[in-house]
Amino acid sequence: MNDGLATVLIAMLGGAIRVSTPFMFVALGECLTEKSGRVNLGLEGTLVLGAMVAYAASYHTGSPWAGVFAAGVAGSALGAMHGSICKLPKVNDVAVGIAMMLFGTGVAFFFGKPYIQPTAPRLPSLPLGGWSDSSSLKSALDVNPLFFVGIVIAIVMAWALRNTRWGLVVRTVGDSAAAARAMGISVDLVRFLTTTVGGFLAGVGGAFLSLSYPGSWNQGLSSGQGLMAVALVIFARWNPMRCVIAALLFGGAGAIGPALQSVGITQGYYFFNAAPYILTLVIMIATSSAKRSARDMPGELSMAR
Amino acid sequence: MSVAQMLPPAVTTKGPSLETIGMTKVFGSLVALNDVSIKVPAGSFHALLGENGAGKSTLVKCIMGFYIPDKGALKLDGQEVAVHNPRDAQALGIGMVYQHFTLVPSLTAAENLVASRADAPAVINWRKERRELETFLDRMPFRVPLDRPVSSLAAGEKQKLEILKLLYLNQRFLILDEPTSVLTPGEADEILGLLRDMAHRGEITVAMISHKFREVEAFCDDVSVLRRGAKVGGGKVGVLTTREMAAMMIGDAVIRQSAARVDPPRIGASLEIAGLFVENDEGRDAVAGFDLKIKSGEIVGIAGVSGNGQSELVEALSGQRPIKMGQVLINDQDFEPKRDHFYRFKVFGLPEEPLKNATVPTMSVAENMAFRSFDKPPIASMKWWLSPEPMRAQARDLIARYNVKTPTPDTPIRDLSGGNVQRAVLARELSVDVDVLIVANPCFGLDFVSVADIRAQIMDQRNRGAAVLLVSEDLDEILELSDRIAVISEGKVAYLTPAAGADRTTIGRYMAGH
Repeated sequence: MNDGLATVLIAMLGGAIRVSTPFMFVALGECLTEKSGRVNLGLEGTLVLGAMVAYAASYHTGSPWAGVFAAGVAGSALGAMHGSICKLPKVNDVAVGIAMMLFGTGVAFFFGKPYIQPTAPRLPSLPLGGWSDSSSLKSALDVNPLFFVGIVIAIVMAWALRNTRWGLVVRTVGDSAAAARAMGISVDLVRFLTTTVGGFLAGVGGAFLSLSYPGSWNQGLSSGQGLMAVALVIFARWNPMRCVIAALLFGGAGAIGPALQSVGITQGYYFFNAAPYILTLVIMIATSSAKRSARDMPGELSMAR
Repeated sequence: MSVAQMLPPAVTTKGPSLETIGMTKVFGSLVALNDVSIKVPAGSFHALLGENGAGKSTLVKCIMGFYIPDKGALKLDGQEVAVHNPRDAQALGIGMVYQHFTLVPSLTAAENLVASRADAPAVINWRKERRELETFLDRMPFRVPLDRPVSSLAAGEKQKLEILKLLYLNQRFLILDEPTSVLTPGEADEILGLLRDMAHRGEITVAMISHKFREVEAFCDDVSVLRRGAKVGGGKVGVLTTREMAAMMIGDAVIRQSAARVDPPRIGASLEIAGLFVENDEGRDAVAGFDLKIKSGEIVGIAGVSGNGQSELVEALSGQRPIKMGQVLINDQDFEPKRDHFYRFKVFGLPEEPLKNATVPTMSVAENMAFRSFDKPPIASMKWWLSPEPMRAQARDLIARYNVKTPTPDTPIRDLSGGNVQRAVLARELSVDVDVLIVANPCFGLDFVSVADIRAQIMDQRNRGAAVLLVSEDLDEILELSDRIAVISEGKVAYLTPAAGADRTTIGRYMAGH
């Protein structure tokens, strides 16, 4: 029984690392965008398009890293589109986001048809479990470098928001557009850039989906991770480091179902598969008082007003 | 290292003189500014007086480069300068403190200051910046805590930070737009006094937009008065009397006499608030054990520094915020701020910022005026079927009686001016029998005529026997209207005194929490 527990825990650890990476990238991208006072709900579409573009680019060039880069560029393009549409007067960023989500998935499915069959080179992972004899631990610690890239990005972002002029500008724009304008900052330009960079990160998150885990391209690849990541940002109260923790927690919960199945517990399989969603609900209700999150919320977000 | 060394050598650290010559600005058919020439000598404290819409804001916006004047020129230290946008003004050392804060709430004071600098380094070395900020603050007459988010600062501290920000950016011609409207009399006097001293030392030159004669007379050197876009007078403070200045501002408009205080019939209801606790947005007790009894035919004025629970008190009494603990009694009966109780106990209110708190801005004037009566006959039949015609008829009647200036009863109420929104709300709340009236900052930002009118209406209600709770940030207003004055500090009554013979300094001391 102890063995079983260990297996489950190890599988959850591995799952947390694998499943959390796309969450992490999308949540970090969204975090940056929301810090500037804009919501981009379209990141689900960006994620799917990123996955498709990464797979296609990897297939054609033979280099998965070229795929990652191409996914980022595709994501930036969608982000830039969102950013420039929202510049127009009387445009609501949430509505545009939903349109962009549909647009992104639509484009991905349209151009992605021919890539469902072929196999593209996948991202190599770092075997960090070499010291261990346990094969399950070894496979759990087969970590994709993007995971570490995500953590580094979170650290850099948290640092930059406090310690660089750009960080202060982004927070100023996100908290008080009037103050930003009085300083001569172009609010639209800042938001355009943060949405574009946010799109880049979400696109890279998509590359992870198709090139690492699950590691193939098909239309059911993303089951709403992009949308859940937006919720994660609220849960993380707009703090990049907390975004990483939230993504890990979510990834770990997502691994409960498959992990239990691997030790032969099949009862309530669907229930455990729903664990991340239930967990989010429970955590959201338990930890987030409306008042507390309101205090950390950038003042310019359309949901804050 | 001093601030002077950090700055480019071209910028002086002396307050410059400023002059507008024949400044004219036309918006469509409206002449907002008509040939206005004003001279502010170096090192002086100039007051810009005028009613709302007199053109003061247009004038300073032309100086600041928000508007390009159609005609006229701007001279700084005797030299003509071109200001095409706020950046140009900033580069010339002209800075403005706006009525609404332009600080970023979630950033700390230090972050706000550094972020405001155009030449902020790409990567900020906080240790170095902190050191420089400390040396800068050492040379300033006042300081603020640097490490707390601005949202947690008191209004007075925010106002000081706004002024510090301009000085930090080495802006030596300061334009202040009603800078004291959010401050206590003590804070206002302190800040204005320090600015005057700096000006008289030649370090800065100040132009201040103001409504308050007391401040103008106490701190300013010269005054210019605007009315309907034109300069109608001015001169040395001390030579001009208050009466003369007021006459210039108002012109030939007729001001309603303030209603006399008469002995009211003691038949109305009394309002009693006992041990009231109300939480603010952060979940702290903003109102903490508030006790007060108001008799029929009495106005009790609540004085206090803003942020001591006044808004929460008014919001709780008007049903906008839950009451955590405590009781509200009207005529010894339990009152809960719900629609049927408002109706039964005849409780009415004029909340602050009426456009936000008492109206639906996009709904029409007629609909807004029917908020109290739309579900009752004659507007509603069978409690749910609304007829627009009685609603409009009622609105037309109220618009005429209360002199609300609106194109039609169907105009969205947000298109009305501040004074007219307040009058429309007043018409809705006061046109029926009132037992209890809850008023908060009723005259904020209104012109003389509206102010006199609204104060007279409140007094009328008292004279008819209503119990009136008046919350105001304007101590003069409280002293003028109240029968008794209660000072609120940290959510409870700190001091209670009859208004007759009340002493400003004592009230100020209790407001400050001593």
